Amino acid sequence: MSANAEHSHPHPAPAPLGGKLLTPVTITFLIPIIVMGVMLAFRFVRGIGAVTNLNDGYPWGLWIAWDVVIGSALAGGGFTVALLTYILNRGEYHPLVRPALVAALLGYMQAGFSVMIDLGRWWDFWHIFWPKYAQLNSVLFEVALCITAYIIVMWMEFMPVVMERFGWKRARERLNKTLFFFVGVGVLLPTMHQSSLGTLLVVFGNQIHPLYQSKLLPLLFLTSTIGMGLSAVTLEAGVSSLGLKRPFEREILGKLLNVGRLLAGIYIVVRIADLIYRGAIGSAFQPSLPALTFWIEMFLFSVPLWLLASQESRKHGGKLLMGALSLAFAGILYRLSAFLVAYDTGAGWHYFPSLGEMAVTFGLISFEVVGIIFAIRLLPILPAAEPDTRTT
Amino acid sequence: MSAIDLWLKKSPLAQDLESSEEVSRAIERFGLTRRDFVQITATVTAAMGLPSTAFGAVANAMTAAPRPSVIWLQFQECTGCTESLLRAEHPTLEKLILELISLDYHETLQVAAGHQAEKARKDAMAKNKGKYVLVVEGAIPMKDEGIYCKIGGQTAIELMKECAADAAAIISIGSCASWGGMPSTSPNPTGASPVSKMLGKPVVTIPGCPPNPYNFLSTVVHFLTFGKLPDLDAKGRPLFAYGRLIHENCERRAHFDAGRFAKQFGDEGHRQGWCLYKLGCKGPETYANCPSILFGDCGTGSWPVGTGHPCFGCTEEGVGFAKPIHSLATLKTVTPPTHFARPGEEQGQGATITTAGAAAVLGGLAIGAGMKLASNLGKQDEKNQKKPE
Amino acid sequence: MTIDRRNFLKLATRGAAVTAAASAGVAKVAEARPNKQMPEEALGLLFDGTLCIGCRACMPACKEANNMPPELTPLEMQKGDVNALWDAPLDISAKTLNCIKAYSNGTGETKDAVVDGHAFTKKSCYHCVDPSCVSVCPVSAMTKDPVNGIVSYSVDACIGCRYCVASCPFGVPRFEYDSPKPKIAKCELCKHRMADGKYSACAEVCPTGATLYGKVKDLKAEIARRKALEPGTMTTFPRGRIGDGETYQGRVGKYVEHVYGEKEIGGTQVLHLSGVPFELLDKPALPDISPASQSETIQHGLYYGLIAPATFLGILVAAARRNMRDETTPTTPPPPEGKGTP
Repeated sequence: MSANAEHSHPHPAPAPLGGKLLTPVTITFLIPIIVMGVMLAFRFVRGIGAVTNLNDGYPWGLWIAWDVVIGSALAGGGFTVALLTYILNRGEYHPLVRPALVAALLGYMQAGFSVMIDLGRWWDFWHIFWPKYAQLNSVLFEVALCITAYIIVMWMEFMPVVMERFGWKRARERLNKTLFFFVGVGVLLPTMHQSSLGTLLVVFGNQIHPLYQSKLLPLLFLTSTIGMGLSAVTLEAGVSSLGLKRPFEREILGKLLNVGRLLAGIYIVVRIADLIYRGAIGSAFQPSLPALTFWIEMFLFSVPLWLLASQESRKHGGKLLMGALSLAFAGILYRLSAFLVAYDTGAGWHYFPSLGEMAVTFGLISFEVVGIIFAIRLLPILPAAEPDTRTT
Repeated sequence: MSAIDLWLKKSPLAQDLESSEEVSRAIERFGLTRRDFVQITATVTAAMGLPSTAFGAVANAMTAAPRPSVIWLQFQECTGCTESLLRAEHPTLEKLILELISLDYHETLQVAAGHQAEKARKDAMAKNKGKYVLVVEGAIPMKDEGIYCKIGGQTAIELMKECAADAAAIISIGSCASWGGMPSTSPNPTGASPVSKMLGKPVVTIPGCPPNPYNFLSTVVHFLTFGKLPDLDAKGRPLFAYGRLIHENCERRAHFDAGRFAKQFGDEGHRQGWCLYKLGCKGPETYANCPSILFGDCGTGSWPVGTGHPCFGCTEEGVGFAKPIHSLATLKTVTPPTHFARPGEEQGQGATITTAGAAAVLGGLAIGAGMKLASNLGKQDEKNQKKPE
Repeated sequence: MTIDRRNFLKLATRGAAVTAAASAGVAKVAEARPNKQMPEEALGLLFDGTLCIGCRACMPACKEANNMPPELTPLEMQKGDVNALWDAPLDISAKTLNCIKAYSNGTGETKDAVVDGHAFTKKSCYHCVDPSCVSVCPVSAMTKDPVNGIVSYSVDACIGCRYCVASCPFGVPRFEYDSPKPKIAKCELCKHRMADGKYSACAEVCPTGATLYGKVKDLKAEIARRKALEPGTMTTFPRGRIGDGETYQGRVGKYVEHVYGEKEIGGTQVLHLSGVPFELLDKPALPDISPASQSETIQHGLYYGLIAPATFLGILVAAARRNMRDETTPTTPPPPEGKGTP
């Protein structure tokens, strides 16, 4: 009776892709990683101001807005695919679980690392976990704990992959019996911290432009995270399909992006309703930078709704990718705007990321890319390559 | 060798003085050494804020004859201004009145008295009609037609009208003549008024209680030298003496700026010479040059603040004899200096061409790559769809 | 498929029920967190802008009392203006806990005039009654004394996350961006001098009593007294610490109606009177509700007693368990040789 996800939709077992690790692509991406290393050396020796343009008017800049908030959101595919596959029992998404998980794991580890380099007194980071210091009213406290716990849970979910690679059969069987618990926790935790990343902004009060400040920030962040995660999974599938000359699983991804459409729709409705309820909709029509980003975001969120409206369009690889890109950029822009553009602490403060900040961010993105490439080559993540035998 | 001696040896102007007939005669008359003469001239020139090139002109003025006639009236006053003048050293008062000017009427200093003195005055005024300088010391009572001050049967008002009619210049010396001074302290029962109010026209004022004698002397010498008065402010005060607040030149200003205040006479701060603002010093709202030229030619610290007592604003109407000595002064900052922090200064590094460009390039690359990816996948898809199953 | 759909529907309805219950709980708890209240013996400052003469004695006094180094004027300013001072802070910072700023318009001649006038204002920590910084700090580095209400910073606990810097509506906590071992800095009302019976250095040195120290209830009474007086009349002004007896006679200024800090974000312990509108002095207009109360309401509403998360977890784990039964270990074909190109 129990519809096991694995059995309802048979697909080839995952296998390491093999092949050379150091290729022109991976070597190219190593350069930004080295540059990042140099920047980080400066940062730790001379203080965060030596590398960034952070100041007391903008104490949170590119590293928080992109590396932590956006980076973890783009890694949201892991929990979304797990939710679809193991909670809602949609077995057809099963082949996406491992790729999504590896991207999520690397994405969140990158986010955690970014927090560490952004903390001024990083050597005391353990204070967050120490009961004597813990301050339960702080949203940041909950985010930090949640993200740490989630990284641990993802490692547990990832252990089967490692165990397979090294043939630890007994360990794998024992783990399998308890895996469901980690999967459950692994779906719960992201709902908590991804929405709380939005709640972080509530305390800024009037310092956030009325177009972006809302009591519904947790909901808006959660819905857009899910969308971003789905898009990231789609994009990674598209890249690996093209780059590794593998079949592009249009049907699954089409269904995935249909879920994304649902979430984009919820986001747009909630956002506009909230603006009208708060009487802030007028500021969307006054010329300002936040108004501009708001309309661009609204447009980008709407693209999957009309571009992928028909079943036909959802079978078109190019259109699927455009829809995914649009949804990803929408979420990215929303977070950049909420944290940096809509944030104004008062007269006279200016901020724009310095080259050093951008170099570190780009280095971390490169690290993720190289990490994913290495992972799929060395570990059983992608289904073994075979001609597409399934019917459309 | 001191600066003056050096100058005497080297300067062509000094050589002129050497050979000048008038100077030699003047020096002989005054019983001075050449060096003393130079020093006097230099002091007077400097006190007026004139450049050293004016030295020659000043020297000439001091040596030239004839001596202008000066009529000096005294009304509601304590004679402090005259006493202050008596303490002048360069020139000394006797040099001034015997050699530089012809003091034709001064009740305190003249030998004559009674009707004789009044007749001498009228004669001098007639003889020097339109050319004499009228100096007024003391306030003029205006109430009840001025009966509260009468000299020789004439009220002060009548005397003023008579003497002011043909004067070449009118100088009010001291706060009383300048703005009313001590006699005008509330409730001012006699209606004590300054010269300008009584005459209904502005005059030169040298306020102070007493004023530094050199403020008066320099003004007079300026007039003799150049035939006109030095630059005056809106109240008729020579700017060279009254252009700045005491607060701006006070030697204790650094203590004010650093917040070191004496709180009681004799306390720790007071002994260390700290700022007297909290004891009521009116320096911040009083225009005068006391901290610059001091009093009595006896070295540093010879002025009220220097001795440890707060300034009470003797030169300033509305401050001296109006505000209690120990009440806090109102600071007359005209404008905050330009380096005062403004609310909402511009801070932080915004976008530069480099960083905005880099961001645009990276963003463009990402979008471009994404779109390329999409189109490539689209093409690959079409290819796959055409393939037979 | 039918079974899946049935299960899914069952799950979905249960989920919806729980969400509804949780939402109701949220709605109830969302009403719950009002602004915090001022402690009875709260200490604070009264800054009367009409009394301030811009002497800035409070700035070096603060530096000395707190062992702060001099602040060099930014080099750009010095290059442009040869008369720029080399030690003239533009704003509070990690090195300057208190800054006097001057508003100037036109000729700037008249004190406390909006047009062609000037006015002075003080920027330092407001010691809010319901501080955002205390609410947001994840490691309790910012704390509020329950008796005197002073908001303090502990460098031992701090991790340098700068959430306090970002969240303060007045922009008070400042960070050392140029140090590899940075800390946060802000005014703490010279609480380290209290053991010696002393009080805030800025109030102690202020020559006109523009900065006045004391119990907030006494300061509020003084505010009421001053506002009731006719502008221009003589009155007795206290200096230093209110109630110590050091006073002087001076004229009452013309105040704007608003008392800054009375209601802003739940009230502050440092209150301001001014002769010019506060917007001109870069004092932001703020609502009466504290941001801390709003943030905590949402956060605790969602996570109250961890009820909602635990319930949600229960459903998730139950579903996962059912769907992952019999998940077998698939056979893994050996890694293909030389396959796969970048």
